[in-house]
Amino acid sequence: MSAAPILSVRDLRVGFATEGGLLQAVDRVSFDLSPGEVLAIVGESGSGKSVTAQTMIGLTRSKNARIEGSAKLDGEELLEADDAMMRRLRGERIGMVFQDPMTSFNPVYRIGNQIIEAIRAHEDVDKKQARQRVVELFDSVGIPNAANRVDNYPHEFSGGMRQRAMIAMALALAPEVLIADEPTTALDVTIQAQILRLLEQLNRERGLATILITHDLGVVAEVADRVLVMYAGKVVEEGTLDEIFYDPQHPYTWGLMGSLTRIDRPRPHRLPQIAGSPPSLLDLPKGCPFRPRCPHEFSKCPEYPGLEARLPEAPSHRDRCWLTPEQKREKRQVEGQIGLEAPAS
Amino acid sequence: MNGSGEPLLEVTDLVKHFPIKRGILIDREVDQVRAVDGISFTVNRGETLGLVGESGSGKSTACRAVLQLIKPTSGSVKFEGREIAGLGRRQMRPLRREMQMIFQDPYASLNPRKRVGQIVGDPLKRQGLASGSDLRRQVQELLERVGLASEHYNRFPHEFSGGQRQRIGIARALATKPKLVICDEPVSALDVSIQAQIVNLLDDLQDELGLTYLFVAHDIGVVRHISDRIAVMHDGKIVEQGTADEVCERPRDEYTKKLLAAVPVPDPRESRERRERAGSPK
Repeated sequence: MSAAPILSVRDLRVGFATEGGLLQAVDRVSFDLSPGEVLAIVGESGSGKSVTAQTMIGLTRSKNARIEGSAKLDGEELLEADDAMMRRLRGERIGMVFQDPMTSFNPVYRIGNQIIEAIRAHEDVDKKQARQRVVELFDSVGIPNAANRVDNYPHEFSGGMRQRAMIAMALALAPEVLIADEPTTALDVTIQAQILRLLEQLNRERGLATILITHDLGVVAEVADRVLVMYAGKVVEEGTLDEIFYDPQHPYTWGLMGSLTRIDRPRPHRLPQIAGSPPSLLDLPKGCPFRPRCPHEFSKCPEYPGLEARLPEAPSHRDRCWLTPEQKREKRQVEGQIGLEAPAS
Repeated sequence: MNGSGEPLLEVTDLVKHFPIKRGILIDREVDQVRAVDGISFTVNRGETLGLVGESGSGKSTACRAVLQLIKPTSGSVKFEGREIAGLGRRQMRPLRREMQMIFQDPYASLNPRKRVGQIVGDPLKRQGLASGSDLRRQVQELLERVGLASEHYNRFPHEFSGGQRQRIGIARALATKPKLVICDEPVSALDVSIQAQIVNLLDDLQDELGLTYLFVAHDIGVVRHISDRIAVMHDGKIVEQGTADEVCERPRDEYTKKLLAAVPVPDPRESRERRERAGSPK
């Protein structure tokens, strides 16, 4: 991915003033996204992955939100865009697909009309032209019998079809960036596989830059080019797909990978598990927030390490853990986690 | 491998059809939804049978029909050799303590106005198995057994995370010392790191208490991990049944093959190879 980034995020911080104090949902997150690239943001609920993406399109703006840092789309600052500008950007330049296809459409309007309305809010086209465009979009996302389906109501669509319609709507104005927040979590695996193939095809054919938010590392392995692993609002590890899967550096990443069930491997007697549960963002431990759950905690951990490249051979592979690369390799082996084999190439 | 080979639950030709009715004054039955369309399976004592299928396959309806929460259209359900299909609520009541259920959504399945002690203790009280200080002691033991603290007795569900709530649901299901526990998607609403904790807990409890599980889920990876045998459901029918490794490693049915092929593999290299084989290189 050598193309110049279309989206550049630097030191993004999003906090919310709550009764219990300032909740720092996202803390100094930085990344670049190039055309045709899929960046996966991985983490558990409360890790800040959705808030990061929503902030790009102004969905987290509110009286009690504190947003700092910078997020530039093609050089244009998104965090300072006014509401009119943001409305124009949404859909036109950044499309969004949400997790739940059941609640993303208004149930009392025909699906086609909802998308036609979205197109006409941005572009000066008549209804007929807009409708024709929706039919073509439905076709391109694999909705059969598109010309008739545009007149259906949301309840007449199955979950998978609704998610396709959602993707069609997100693509209606040919955005450069697509934010897909758990786009397949609510779907059956056979439908999930189809939607993932569709996203991949759009990336390849349209050069769409995609942020894929998910907690499912299986989905990540299928479509992502680069991965950010988030924990308690911070990026704890980032790297290319192969770096993260075959040489994971952060104990949290090891834990995530280890706790997966794999149908292509003999089953272990017990699933490796991460002890405890994610910390409250209002009451974070001092230093590394993963410390209370980490089996490798030692004297340096009460100080939080920066996100740094610690492997001389992989300058883009960065993590926040004080262990040396040698210690990590050794401890990972003892834990018996996956990610031990070297990449194929 | 668990299981003594002696059947605890035997389901034969179980059918549940829902009528589709039309008409204004007189309802006519115009069609039927064949939610469960003649399924047969056996769960042996101490073993785990995994029932896997996608949404709409009829797996949840099958669970409900087994527990007589809905009346089966036809077929036989035998628990410890005794026919329970068609038994009324009153006749089922003494059997309820033997068959319990763990639900999918730990946010919706616990009464938000009740304290944890009450939620877990209610089945014991209703079945007349314990009262007073004995009840409290038993509930506190249960809480500790599922990995919570006895001090949690007086807390409300909202004070707990998703994983902890699921532990409360498990404690409630185990309160009456059931023989059979039906787990309906017990981990699919949880974060991945918490899923493994709950799966391991269910495993441990089975070993300690000799429980028998009917484990229902759409995630064939999780089902395979916990199950001794697996039955695959599709369109109301069981299309394939066998040991967990047999079904996952040497599937015979076309639908099972399709289901297995669609499971994403958390390994980029294998995933690339698979895509190349399928003819869509990235």
